[in-house]
Amino acid sequence: MCRSMRWIALILIGMLGFAAQPAAASGSQEEKVDVAEVIFGHIGDSYGWHITEWNGSHVVIPLPCIVRSSTGWHVFMSSKIEHGHAYKGLFIAEEGRYADKIVEMGPDGNLVRPFDISITKNVASLMFGSALLVLLVLSCARWYRKHDAVEKAPGGFTGLMEMMVMMVHDDLIKDAVGPDHRKYAPYLLTAFFFIFLNNLLGIVPFFPGGANLTGNIAVTFVLAMCTFLAVNLFADRHYWKEIFWPDGPIFLKCPIPILQVIEILGMFTKPFSLMIRLFANIMAGHAMILGLVSVIFVAARIGPVIGGSMTVITMLFGVFMDCLELLVAYIQAYVFTMLSAVFIGLSRQGAHAENQ
Amino acid sequence: MNLMLPDSGLLFWMTIIFAIVFFLLAKFGFPVITGMVEKRTKRIDDAIGAAREAESKLMGLASQQEKMIEEARAEHDRILKEAAAERDRLIAAAQEQARAEAGKIMDETRERIRQEKEAALRDIRREVAVLSVSIAEKVVRKELSTDAGQQELVDRIFDELT
Repeated sequence: MCRSMRWIALILIGMLGFAAQPAAASGSQEEKVDVAEVIFGHIGDSYGWHITEWNGSHVVIPLPCIVRSSTGWHVFMSSKIEHGHAYKGLFIAEEGRYADKIVEMGPDGNLVRPFDISITKNVASLMFGSALLVLLVLSCARWYRKHDAVEKAPGGFTGLMEMMVMMVHDDLIKDAVGPDHRKYAPYLLTAFFFIFLNNLLGIVPFFPGGANLTGNIAVTFVLAMCTFLAVNLFADRHYWKEIFWPDGPIFLKCPIPILQVIEILGMFTKPFSLMIRLFANIMAGHAMILGLVSVIFVAARIGPVIGGSMTVITMLFGVFMDCLELLVAYIQAYVFTMLSAVFIGLSRQGAHAENQ
Repeated sequence: MNLMLPDSGLLFWMTIIFAIVFFLLAKFGFPVITGMVEKRTKRIDDAIGAAREAESKLMGLASQQEKMIEEARAEHDRILKEAAAERDRLIAAAQEQARAEAGKIMDETRERIRQEKEAALRDIRREVAVLSVSIAEKVVRKELSTDAGQQELVDRIFDELT
């Protein structure tokens, strides 16, 4: 019974591949499925939020563009500059250095990138995710204000949040940071839940999820920068002594400061590794899933039999990858928080030693 | 497209939004939760300590209670024993007293009987004396009715006197 059900499910999935074939064929016969464009179009940023394609036309949520060009500030919806249209001299570059970005034509005929703080897809997703995060955490905090939390424990969602908060707080932050973890716990918890929630939103394939936010270097850069500041602004004497006069043979320090150079480089490589790790993991996960989905459409062009069988395989791989991404979403948030906590703990070692 | 180049617009928004999120959560969110949970943890620890203390106190109370019961039982036994002794003593005393009283009454009775008897004897003796005198009188009167009898009497008395 179970076995036959499994076969029926596989055949049904295969038929989805057959269904994809005429759809792909009817789009345009000559146009190849440009997998690279699909993938990079997704993991990059865009001015409108592309949702789907319906009857040959794109369904795009227009987002506001905020640009300061040579003619001053301009605020307009992204729908005005779709499909190569220009708005007050501003348009989206097709290719070149500024491909897919708003540019204007400079006086010398070169494309000039104006100051651009548009609400792009990633910014919209960032706003949504942040609002959701603030809402979730503050609603939990509200429970604690309203109830006598000393006498009773919360249940339901607040209980889940409490469990996660205390797991991060006790297992990660308390152990790694050391005695004065209270000062750093809010930042580390914020970083953990910010990354975790946005990672999860990134896996949701439809609006308002699906943006590759934590797989964007600008986002991870800011997060890593915060850790860098948290480490270096509140570091103790012991930390700076380790950088400018580290333990080691004197000839490595005195005439040519080799160790100092290494230590100062280390100051920057630590947050840099945080930035790259999160960015690369999430970006690669998105690219993998999109690649697998694209395989269905590529295979559907080759023929119905290959298309059907490939659909089965890629669906199974897709399910596997999505599960893996769920794991990665958690692990990357955990690792970022843990390493930040460890770096902060190292910068407060002196205080730790003094307390002992 | 350069994936490794941070976009200025997103950088700008990310900095602002993350700062706001951090401010809100660090001020109103996480410290409330962690603080409350730590307070609760402390409360639970305290409660466990108090429970342990109460338990040991209860154990002490139980042993104390046992001791008190033991003492009460001993006291009870002692009182019972004392009461029994007192009762025995009282009964013995009463018996003694009764015996003494009875003896006294018996002695008195015996004395009275003796006195009565003596009185009766005295009365009888007097009666006998009176009777014998009157009998003697009658005898004498009869013997002395004749002169011969009177002469004989005078003779005998003379004899006796000589």
